[in-house]
Amino acid sequence: MYRVECDVAVIGGGPAGLSAAVAAKKEGSGKVLVIERDESIGGILQQCIHPGFGLTYFKEELTGPEYAARFAREAAERGVEFLLNSMVLEIRKEEGEILCVNREHGLTMVHAASIILAMGCRERTRANIMIPGSRPAGVYTAGAAQRLVNRQNQMVGKRVVILGSGDIGMIMARRMTLEGAEVLAVIELMDYLAGLTRNKVQCLDDFGIPLYLSHTITKIDGYQRVEGVHFAQVGADKKPVKETEKYLECDTLLLSVGLIPENELTRKADIEISPVTNGPKVNQYMQTSAENIFACGNVVHVNDLADNVSVESRRAGAYAARYAMGCLARETKRVENMPGGNVRYLCPQSVSATDEDETVSLYFRVLHPDEKVIIRAKSGDKILSSKKAARVNPGEMEHIEIHTKDIEENEVTVEVVKEG
Amino acid sequence: MQKTDVVVIGAGAVGCAVARELSKYQVHVTVVDKRDDIGGDASKSNSAIIHTGYDAAPGTLESQLVVAANPMYDELTKDLDIPFERIGAVLPAFTGEQFEKLPAIKEKAFQNHVYDVEYLSREELLLKEPELNPEVKGGLYIPRESIIDPFILVQALAENANENGVDFMLNTEVTDIRTAEGSVTAVVTTQGEIETSYVVNAAALHCDDIAAMVGKADYKVVARRGQFYILDKNTNCKVKNIVLPIPTKITKGKLMTPTIHGNMLVGPTAEDLDNKVDVSVTAEGLDSIYEDVRKMIPSVNIRDTITQYSGLRPNRNPEGLHVDVYDDLNGYVNLSGVRSTGLTLSVAMGKYVTEKLKEIGLNLILKDDFKKTRKGIPCFHKMTEEEQEAVIRENPLYGTIICRCETITEGEIVDAIRRPLGARTVDAVKRRVRAGMGRCQGGFCGPKVIEILARELEIPANQVEKNLKGSYMVTGRNKKQRENGYV
Repeated sequence: MYRVECDVAVIGGGPAGLSAAVAAKKEGSGKVLVIERDESIGGILQQCIHPGFGLTYFKEELTGPEYAARFAREAAERGVEFLLNSMVLEIRKEEGEILCVNREHGLTMVHAASIILAMGCRERTRANIMIPGSRPAGVYTAGAAQRLVNRQNQMVGKRVVILGSGDIGMIMARRMTLEGAEVLAVIELMDYLAGLTRNKVQCLDDFGIPLYLSHTITKIDGYQRVEGVHFAQVGADKKPVKETEKYLECDTLLLSVGLIPENELTRKADIEISPVTNGPKVNQYMQTSAENIFACGNVVHVNDLADNVSVESRRAGAYAARYAMGCLARETKRVENMPGGNVRYLCPQSVSATDEDETVSLYFRVLHPDEKVIIRAKSGDKILSSKKAARVNPGEMEHIEIHTKDIEENEVTVEVVKEG
Repeated sequence: MQKTDVVVIGAGAVGCAVARELSKYQVHVTVVDKRDDIGGDASKSNSAIIHTGYDAAPGTLESQLVVAANPMYDELTKDLDIPFERIGAVLPAFTGEQFEKLPAIKEKAFQNHVYDVEYLSREELLLKEPELNPEVKGGLYIPRESIIDPFILVQALAENANENGVDFMLNTEVTDIRTAEGSVTAVVTTQGEIETSYVVNAAALHCDDIAAMVGKADYKVVARRGQFYILDKNTNCKVKNIVLPIPTKITKGKLMTPTIHGNMLVGPTAEDLDNKVDVSVTAEGLDSIYEDVRKMIPSVNIRDTITQYSGLRPNRNPEGLHVDVYDDLNGYVNLSGVRSTGLTLSVAMGKYVTEKLKEIGLNLILKDDFKKTRKGIPCFHKMTEEEQEAVIRENPLYGTIICRCETITEGEIVDAIRRPLGARTVDAVKRRVRAGMGRCQGGFCGPKVIEILARELEIPANQVEKNLKGSYMVTGRNKKQRENGYV
């Protein structure tokens, strides 16, 4: 079997993997190898040909491929190596081995002192949300449609309805319109937007595409190709109200109904997974329950901005490099981070306190939208930090910083409460 | 005009089994089907179980055929390389009323010559099937109830028949059957007329329409829809046996079983339709499955579903399985009422129909070069590392994983397309190698499968279809490429 030795191996060459690989090199790591299943690097950014990337990270607006190219260039300059067209089949955490397969070398065993998981996420499907009706051609997840249109240059349909107001769905609403298709509606089950407000403004409002909040699709029609969808308003129980049902004639239904971290390899390797995020539990070093395995980006928790992924992944890269070099600080106390009022989850899920004081950003999503709130991190009765927010929304990730030296208990809680 | 000895109408499990059986003899057989693929209708959407016949109506043809068919699968599945496992079924009783029905069920099994059904105590049942509702009082164990890959069963029968000389005409709809002087003379199809003296109507859902062409439609097919859930291989509540409910007067009820590939299958409903096309799933139907099955398996996690589907059982009115030949219409064999047990009994039906054809005058002389085995598509993820290395060296396409959920390689997909009776559509690829059958349901591999099909079939992507004619996947090139003159 073909064997490769390296110091840090990164699984996935998307925004998370590229940023982590660059950071590992910057930290002084020896050989860093990115294993990528596609024929080129950049991951999903390759099909995100719209602008909106880099606003916080590079302070300028880039398209997905441009954003990826910045990291790719730096990776090349710093000597990051790539194993392309290679699908990872298995991670053997005790041995620090990654079994992958590619055309050129056949089975390939990569051995690494530390491993970074950066596999990203996958889309929830029609079946996950159990949309009734027939099963014709023309029902696509928004990301699959995006790949077809932007990478394979194939249009998926002419009259389009989009279920779910996730970011990819809204971006595809605009993309399909620009390609000459008619986008009839974006339909959202919740009474608030799932994605970013800026995407609603730029992708729906600017093109006159109606958004139906508190609505859902009740049935898909058509046996060969989609012929139409029935949709209705939902009540407080999220069940459709029959009397409000309407029909839209269309040939395509795109779904943007959520993303799921892609953790089949993680699960097989028996690494602890959070039932809330569906990603591996990590500490502030992005270190998983296996000490030689780190994780970053959407494989940990679904982010709304690639820029955030890049920032988070730098930490994974740097600390994985330190681990590989044998100089990751020793944990003196393990602190669990617990979601308080109106907080769905916290990432990292724990903090490894060391002798040194560290600033740690706790990322989270709220459970429901709110306005004029205070975000507070507490340990016992002690308030570690707090800040005000004009509005919070489940579609937009929040964070709050704490200092490890302030933590006296074994637990930190973050809550979002009404001001005053 | 084409000429053949026997036309089999319908390339489902039964049609393909009849064709394969006939291919042992020196006769030329042509199978016609209006769909895009073999096994493209009722044979693809069922519970994927090979029954024992323990609960059939004793003495009926259906009972005889099912009971005869079950033991054939050990050898057949080896010969034809079909995934098959004798996992056994449990029939748990949870109420006093259900418990009292057990002796009658066992008695019926006995009448059907299924002698290996056994009583199990509550403790024995819970040991055998720990996910059962602990309120279980006792039940039956039916050891030879088995699971199979229903798609591969049909493909294997068809491919083997094809290798032994049977012709298949897909996308070919029968529009008429010509007769003269009380005998069949030809079958008229959308792809031309086929001269023949023998016709086997194995058209399942549409067998009454075919029978009407020769004035033999003294019954109606009523489509009885069955909806199912497939659950993720990673779901935490998995059963080890086929878990069957105690039937009521109205329905056989809803079951939960592992599939041969390690998913969980839950269903079906039983709804009589007024049409033969509505393979929709409904919120009510899916809810009713969950309601019923969780009485037996309380921890079943229906939210782990990766797909839902429905199939149409070609039920007959008046009921009953019939194989009819007619004094006043020589050469014509009519099959009707082949329903839930159709998959199981197909292989016995192949032999039965062959005998019927002999009875009505078809001259059957055994071939001396019948090839009884068929090799399936090599399955990368089931190979040892050494085998994987070897297969990639031989064909580098096996080194590219296209379907990440099921670990399916490009080599397997290309094989599925290139082999005889190969896949022509996205669903046909899926049914041969499982690309797109995993948890992301083709979200990742779907666009690539379109690309591979277009490349291999040398057609533009907008001619790639999901399954039926008109089920196009993409509408054509995007704007920029159109402007630049690409097609």
